[in-house]
Amino acid sequence: MLILTCPYCGATAEETELQAGGEAHLKRFGPGSSDEEFHDYLFVRENPKGVHFERWRHTNGCGKWFHAARCTTSLEVFGTYPAQTTEPPQDIQDKISKKRPGWSWREFSCASAKDAS
Amino acid sequence: MSKAVSVLNGARFSGLAEVADAGLVGMITLRGDLESSAVAAAVQSTTGCAIPAVRKTVEASGNSVSWMSPDELLIVTAYDQVADLCAKLQEALTQEHALVVNVSDARSCFTLSGNGAREVLGKVAPVDFAADQFQPGDFRRSRLAQVAGAFWLDQGGAFHIVCFRSVGEYVFNLLKTAADPDAGVGVYS
Amino acid sequence: MLSACERSAHMSTRLAKQGRLIDRSKQIVFTFNGKSMLGHPGDTLASALLANDQMLVGRSFKYHRPRGLVASGAEEPNALVGLGSGTRYEPNQRATTTELFEGLAAQSQNHWPSLEFDIGIVNSKLFSRFLTAGFYYKMFMHPKPFWKHVYEPFIRQSAGLGKAPDKELVDADTYEHFYFFADVVIVGGGVAGLQAAKTAAATGAKVLLMEQNAHWGGRAPVDGGTIDGMEAEAWVTKTLDELRAMENVTLRDRMMGAGVYDHGYLLGYERLSDHMPGKPGPRHRLWRIRTKQIITATGAIERPLSFAGNDVPGVMLAASMRDYVVNWGVTPGKRVVIATNNDDAYRTALILKDAGVEVACVVDARRLGGGALAKQVRDAGIRVEDGRAIAKVAEGKRVTKVAICLQNGDGQSIEEIEADAVAMSGGWSPVVHLWSHCGGKLTWDDTQAHFRPDPNRAPLSHDGLPFVSTAGSASGPMGLGAVLSDAAEAGAKAAEAAGLPAQAPVAAVAEDVEETQMEPVWLMPANADIQHRMKSWLDYQNDVKVSDVQLAAREGFESVEHTKRYTTLGMATDQGKLSNINGLAILADSLGSEIPQVGTTTFRPPYHPISMGAIGGEARGEIFQPLRKTPMYAWNDKNGADWEPVGHWRRPFAYIRNGETQHDAVNREVKNTRENLGLLDASTLGKLIVKGPDAGKFLDLMYTNMMSNLKVGKCRYGLMCSENGFLMDDGVVARIDDDTWLCHTTTGGADRIHAHMEEWLQTEWWDMKVFVANVTEQYAQIAVVGPNARKVLEKLGGMDVSKEALPFMEWRDGEIGGFKARAYRISFSGELSYEIAVSASEGQAFWDALMAAGAEFGVMPYGTECLHILRAEKGFIMIGDETDGTVIPQDLGLHWALSKKKEDYIGKRAHSRSHMADPERWQLVGLETVDGSVLPDGAYAVGQGINANGQKNTIGRVTSTYFSASLNRGIAMGLVKHGRKRMGEVISFPGTDGKTYEAKIVDPVVYDKEGAKQDV
Repeated sequence: MLILTCPYCGATAEETELQAGGEAHLKRFGPGSSDEEFHDYLFVRENPKGVHFERWRHTNGCGKWFHAARCTTSLEVFGTYPAQTTEPPQDIQDKISKKRPGWSWREFSCASAKDAS
Repeated sequence: MSKAVSVLNGARFSGLAEVADAGLVGMITLRGDLESSAVAAAVQSTTGCAIPAVRKTVEASGNSVSWMSPDELLIVTAYDQVADLCAKLQEALTQEHALVVNVSDARSCFTLSGNGAREVLGKVAPVDFAADQFQPGDFRRSRLAQVAGAFWLDQGGAFHIVCFRSVGEYVFNLLKTAADPDAGVGVYS
Repeated sequence: MLSACERSAHMSTRLAKQGRLIDRSKQIVFTFNGKSMLGHPGDTLASALLANDQMLVGRSFKYHRPRGLVASGAEEPNALVGLGSGTRYEPNQRATTTELFEGLAAQSQNHWPSLEFDIGIVNSKLFSRFLTAGFYYKMFMHPKPFWKHVYEPFIRQSAGLGKAPDKELVDADTYEHFYFFADVVIVGGGVAGLQAAKTAAATGAKVLLMEQNAHWGGRAPVDGGTIDGMEAEAWVTKTLDELRAMENVTLRDRMMGAGVYDHGYLLGYERLSDHMPGKPGPRHRLWRIRTKQIITATGAIERPLSFAGNDVPGVMLAASMRDYVVNWGVTPGKRVVIATNNDDAYRTALILKDAGVEVACVVDARRLGGGALAKQVRDAGIRVEDGRAIAKVAEGKRVTKVAICLQNGDGQSIEEIEADAVAMSGGWSPVVHLWSHCGGKLTWDDTQAHFRPDPNRAPLSHDGLPFVSTAGSASGPMGLGAVLSDAAEAGAKAAEAAGLPAQAPVAAVAEDVEETQMEPVWLMPANADIQHRMKSWLDYQNDVKVSDVQLAAREGFESVEHTKRYTTLGMATDQGKLSNINGLAILADSLGSEIPQVGTTTFRPPYHPISMGAIGGEARGEIFQPLRKTPMYAWNDKNGADWEPVGHWRRPFAYIRNGETQHDAVNREVKNTRENLGLLDASTLGKLIVKGPDAGKFLDLMYTNMMSNLKVGKCRYGLMCSENGFLMDDGVVARIDDDTWLCHTTTGGADRIHAHMEEWLQTEWWDMKVFVANVTEQYAQIAVVGPNARKVLEKLGGMDVSKEALPFMEWRDGEIGGFKARAYRISFSGELSYEIAVSASEGQAFWDALMAAGAEFGVMPYGTECLHILRAEKGFIMIGDETDGTVIPQDLGLHWALSKKKEDYIGKRAHSRSHMADPERWQLVGLETVDGSVLPDGAYAVGQGINANGQKNTIGRVTSTYFSASLNRGIAMGLVKHGRKRMGEVISFPGTDGKTYEAKIVDPVVYDKEGAKQDV
């Protein structure tokens, strides 16, 4: 059973206080979007073996939604951060780069890989 | 207000700890920017309490103010004062984007006191109640077995527990069961 | 008179000396299969049975072979009993872990008609050659029709271990959970656990040390040796005293580490009153522990040897036999043969001899035999034979004869030794379960022939760092000195990893005897023929033999996980504690592979079965589930409420009066509400306050229709869709002031829609200035419904509720009968109707006032079924009936509620997807049965043709169906293909009752189409 630290109230909350909310940083497509964009927004999700960014809500707690960067295989948590952002904060990306060289997730990837390209 | 009654209507249970229905309690949800000086001033002038730090409760002038989330406070006052306090807060916050709402009747409140209190709460909430971990003035929203709840430890060493009104009976029975005098764990005493 | 010992040649009995755990000054009376027996305080049921010469303790699962005690602890596979009776009966309790108490009543299992004489033994005698590996898979496949009538009944009859408790009886005991937090938790209170706790605690770490038994010290007090110059037992007592004096240490006995889970989560299973049933307080407590570091000091388990007849009662693990002697002063026999492949078993020989039990021979499978301990045994005058093996133990209900052969041979008997007990030792395996639960990996140790934890591949926690380590024999080392230094280091390292200042470990110093290396013996003798292998048991509890595993290998089962499932090896309640290593060694040999390549099966929690009661904890009886109750719950309950669960809420389905059926009551309520006055407890409806400068804009995105242009004082019905376009909730929205709205949701929607709004505000539109508060429970809300609704409110007095002052679809604040109230003129029934909200604490008083004032107007409370009928007669939809997560507003003819003016709302984009705009979608219609009967709920309408499965094509289904007392016939709504174009057409609904119902497609509104009654 996971524990995540809520970035709002600072509580180290066990999973029974939390609610999982699926993939983080989805971009909403509304009226005017193409069928393909809308379909992808509704149904297409990352399912990585390794680094993943997720939404969680501290339901039985302060009630706030937040993001967690986590490894889906080892369950290592690289960090949690507030939901009011459209991409993972740089310090968390850097932390992941140190621990998982070569990682990538959607358009985000390891800092050293970026440098190399 | 003789027509108003709390869910448990003053019920008490004495076991490992004293469980008591706190009766009718005035409660106000204040949502707003807790960083704003206007909100701080409004809370200070109407309740006598400063804005609490994260997961803390401040007590003053017979009122208490607890940190519920980054944009929410729980203000506790006497039941017959609540309408008045609501009006004063609203008045003080006219210029602010804030929400002041009376939730006194939406909740049930209990006190849990005595030597076994930490242990009793430790049976129903996934929180560390060791004396060095949960101290007077600490406030936490969590789970009370199967329902959401909030609690804080006052300066006198009693826990104040708040849950939704509809599950007041469940929570009272839950605390009563956990406080079974023959069910002492013996780790905090 | 002869003494008990002299009466029989073969005898397990209480010895005159030894028995460190028992109190010989007191006696305990207990029964086994109804037979009265005597034991002492401190006995386990197992030791007491042995003291009473009860060698036969049960029958095996498949072949019903007679079985006796093999072990002395949690690993015992055979001695499972039904314990207690009535409300305290529990099957499958291990005799070895059951502490004896006055009046204990145990029943042996898996036999009929009796333990001594069992019919099922014919399985063994006649069919054992057929009941081989994969028997069930092979046997029950064909012919197919046999499954239902022959095979399934047969399997059901023979399935299950022990007898289930009487389903009518309720467990008399209570249980609870307890959350606990620590820096370091040590599982296992042997010398390793004590040493690790001492070292960890010295750093100031918060330490929890748990021991599954009632006694501390583990094997050391039995096995001997000196620690820091004192007897092991004295060191244990001294260390316990030291630990007890430390404030940062919590010690718990009778508590097992049941499972290790992610991120430092550990379950501790504390048995508080199993040793004294009926003791007040909880029977078991499940500790839900979160810790930074876990040390498993769980020791090691001795392995059996695989020789023919190794399951005959009286054949026992060598160390367990000396446990019985030293701890409880009992011996399973008077003349013992010991078979071993290592030095440790020689300790048993010395202890037996010292206790006055004859050791007929030590059979050491190693060609060159043992070391210093073997020499001590020889010097004591005990016969020792090297390079020898047990060929066979004679079949029977107890050991009588043991045939000896060469280990290197095929089982040709060299000599037969008269004996009544056999002690066997195949080496030791560390208990790696807890280490492995959360991903700890193992490594094969060739010198000890066992898997041990690989410290370089430990389970990882949330920070990516190891959080489980091992101490003592659980790490691999078996000698006392090595165990203590390993444990001291583990304690220090764990404390440091938990964030405490590093301290150099100081280990207690032990003197122990040097041992000669063991030699793996997976089959005894090495080349045993099939007759011997078919009687060499690997898994006692599931009756799996060497020959079964070999057969599985021949049939192509190469993966150990497959072999396990095919043969059932290790799948019994002991989870293969004794059998796994031996079984996979046999498998590796059969596959011509190495043991490490074959690997182990997965270790899953719990380590040892735990009670269902402990898992449930306090959640039983009145706190099994949280019931949500409205302020009028007690009144409703007293006044005939027939409760209906709506989520966790309880709502009155109807108020049943004396002599009424439920149907009568519903019809009475419908008629009365339509003709006079009905009251509905509507407090469960969700109420959300939405406030802020952007609240209107936000609500326009939440609802499909416009809410920003609603005038203060007015109400509007609104629909909410998910982003997928499906209808998810509905309700009446009221504009309270310039920047405040109050949104009603369905009963089930309050928390869900509140969360939905918060989610969009927090994660998508966080720049919007909007606050939401859930005030559902702040109010008691009562629907006052019927032609007399206004009259009763006017009688109570206060605010003006006239048509002019409070028109339809508006709301006002004021006082009614002295209660501060908010009145909404909204109607879900088609009648003149007010929904009045008062503070929840005054709800009952207000309800009382309405009932009293309403008496002269024919007031009656009504329940949810009446509510449903009233709304269905008006063609109003109900979320959850007309919707099921696949229905869009257009299906229900609610196009009018889909704003065309708004650029965006949640669900808008989805409504233009091709399938959503498909004219073939089923549409809401009314359904009127031709004969006036009531359509079955959920029935499907069938049309022309058949589908690919040969079933009739469906063209619609019933979504709501009731008997309408107003119209005196059945009414229904349903979704029908091309429904709105088919008015007047009759379609058929085959029922599950065999009848086919004919129904005409009609307008869903069947009562007061013009809406004249609600707007008066």
